[in-house]
Amino acid sequence: MSDALSPDRRKFLARVSIGLGCVGAALIGVPVAGFLLAPLFESVVRKWRSVGAVADFQKGQTVEVRFADASSVAWAGVTGRTGAWLRYDPDGRFTAFAINCTHLGCPVRWMAEAELFLCPCHGGVYYKDGTVAAGPPPRPLVQYPVRVRDGHVELLTSPTPIT
Amino acid sequence: MTRFLKKAWEWFDARTDASKVIGPIMRHPVPPRTGWMYVFGSATLFAFLIQVFTGIALATAYVSSAGQAYDSLKWISDRAFLGHLLRGMHYFGASAMVLLVGIHMIRTFLTGSYKFPRELNWVVGVILLGLTILMGFTGQLLRWDQNGVWSTIVAAEQAGRVPIIGPWLARLLMGGQTVGGATLSRFFAYHVFFIPAMIFGMVALHLGLVLRHGISEKPRASHPVDPKTYRAWYEDMLHREGVPFWPDAAWRDVVFGVFVVACVVFLAWYIGPPQLTTPPDPTIIQAYPRPDWYLLWYFAVLAQLPHGSEDYVIVGAPALAGVCLLILPLVFNRGQRAPSRRPWAVASIVVIVTAVLVLWLQGVRAPWSPDFKNKPLPAEVVHAASAQIAEGARLFHTHGCEDCHSIAGYGGHRGPDLTTVADRMNDQQLTLRILNGAKNMPAFANSLQPSQLNSLVAFLRTRHMAGQTASASASGAP
Repeated sequence: MSDALSPDRRKFLARVSIGLGCVGAALIGVPVAGFLLAPLFESVVRKWRSVGAVADFQKGQTVEVRFADASSVAWAGVTGRTGAWLRYDPDGRFTAFAINCTHLGCPVRWMAEAELFLCPCHGGVYYKDGTVAAGPPPRPLVQYPVRVRDGHVELLTSPTPIT
Repeated sequence: MTRFLKKAWEWFDARTDASKVIGPIMRHPVPPRTGWMYVFGSATLFAFLIQVFTGIALATAYVSSAGQAYDSLKWISDRAFLGHLLRGMHYFGASAMVLLVGIHMIRTFLTGSYKFPRELNWVVGVILLGLTILMGFTGQLLRWDQNGVWSTIVAAEQAGRVPIIGPWLARLLMGGQTVGGATLSRFFAYHVFFIPAMIFGMVALHLGLVLRHGISEKPRASHPVDPKTYRAWYEDMLHREGVPFWPDAAWRDVVFGVFVVACVVFLAWYIGPPQLTTPPDPTIIQAYPRPDWYLLWYFAVLAQLPHGSEDYVIVGAPALAGVCLLILPLVFNRGQRAPSRRPWAVASIVVIVTAVLVLWLQGVRAPWSPDFKNKPLPAEVVHAASAQIAEGARLFHTHGCEDCHSIAGYGGHRGPDLTTVADRMNDQQLTLRILNGAKNMPAFANSLQPSQLNSLVAFLRTRHMAGQTASASASGAP
């Protein structure tokens, strides 16, 4: 091997090459990582969605309501929708519960006669006010903000509750 | 023609040195008499190849759009030529891969093959096990039916339990704040690009290390591993007794590998792929999310944890298991390899396999899940001697008691069987239990009218051992 380059020169060139390689990797890697991590930097979009006229609901009943997510894209199809349990209290107040069990997120079902929410996954049970009645759930059902405007019940869309 | 092919090969070989590279690899000496215990690693590779080829084929028709994936998969299953078979092969190929990875790992552990100098082989193998499970899970989600959507949410909830960064992880998994358009595309990219690329890299490293260190010889109690002398002894042993890998040892790999492929194709044809459930609409709440069979045992673990310990176990248990597996060869890298001299190794495999099997059976039965499909108790079970008892039996069904309690085989298994409850509880005890509930039972004080409560108790008081039912019914209820 020729000695045309001095050892110091070789060391310098090696360092420059490694350094430039890192720069190149960063030039590719930073935009890619940023693109992949984008969901972390998105601000929470929340919108009021009408779920029906007040007259459509009966006092004392809990029914499932459906609405479109706030940040849904065109190709989301049916996955861009969310369901919630809406309770119309005899005193005229509305309460909206997330359908996600606070244990591991499975969809709870309303048993109208027993007045209980039951989870199909691990058997969590909640009372009609969303408090835990039995099973593994660590906390009550998460509630959505709800309001009545112009005779319509509106829910504020929210991120999937991670509990 | 033969001459032309021969010439073409020689031209190719002169420029690539293919025969000089591949020949020695195929004919490298391996220890003699390794037998059928050493075929599971190559069989796992065969299963992986099934996945690569069937996966590429499926990807030509699958649409990785949250709104259309379900329909495209339905089309593949019901309309596409050989689509049904191909989906079945991909499903049973995945099952075979998980099963074979497990068996290969148990064999490697029992024969102490992870000891010096093959520690890194084991570590790479553990990483491959993790990647295989990730492939299984992401693949299940790509079915993108209702089960797929809810499995994603359950996964996000579990990721959310990780301390500090949990909520961020959950959001990354869903690709946003809810399951939606971004979710499926991400899982598709993980399943077909990210994880397979890592698997290819790790398999190359795994095989490279196998060639570098040679496959482990059959363990003998008289030959404990001593890192100082093992290499020289192994080289010497190969020199004296070694046989060429091809075909002396490889024929068994081929026979068993083709057997695995044949089983996968047969099961795909005979049983077919898992049925798609309802469309991925998160507002359809009649969902029953379950993992595929190879993760059912973990589903059972999550169901039976003491409340309160979950935050630690959901994240901590898999992490701890992973760390234990990774450091195993670093801690125990010398000494005996023979299973006959390593009772603790054998015992731990027996315990782990038994535990997983028991949990798996539990997962199949899922006694902790309410039974929503129960039907009203038939008249021959109720034996109603009065209108009140008949009303009680009706309430037992409509008020959800039957979701969790069974009577004469009808109903769920979440709570105690009530077939003979009258033999162990009196009126007052039954009333108090129904009104106040118990540790795992809701209180019904606010949802039952007094007359309904009386009917329910009257009905339950007729639940005696067989033969006594009639007389108890005749004596009446409170």
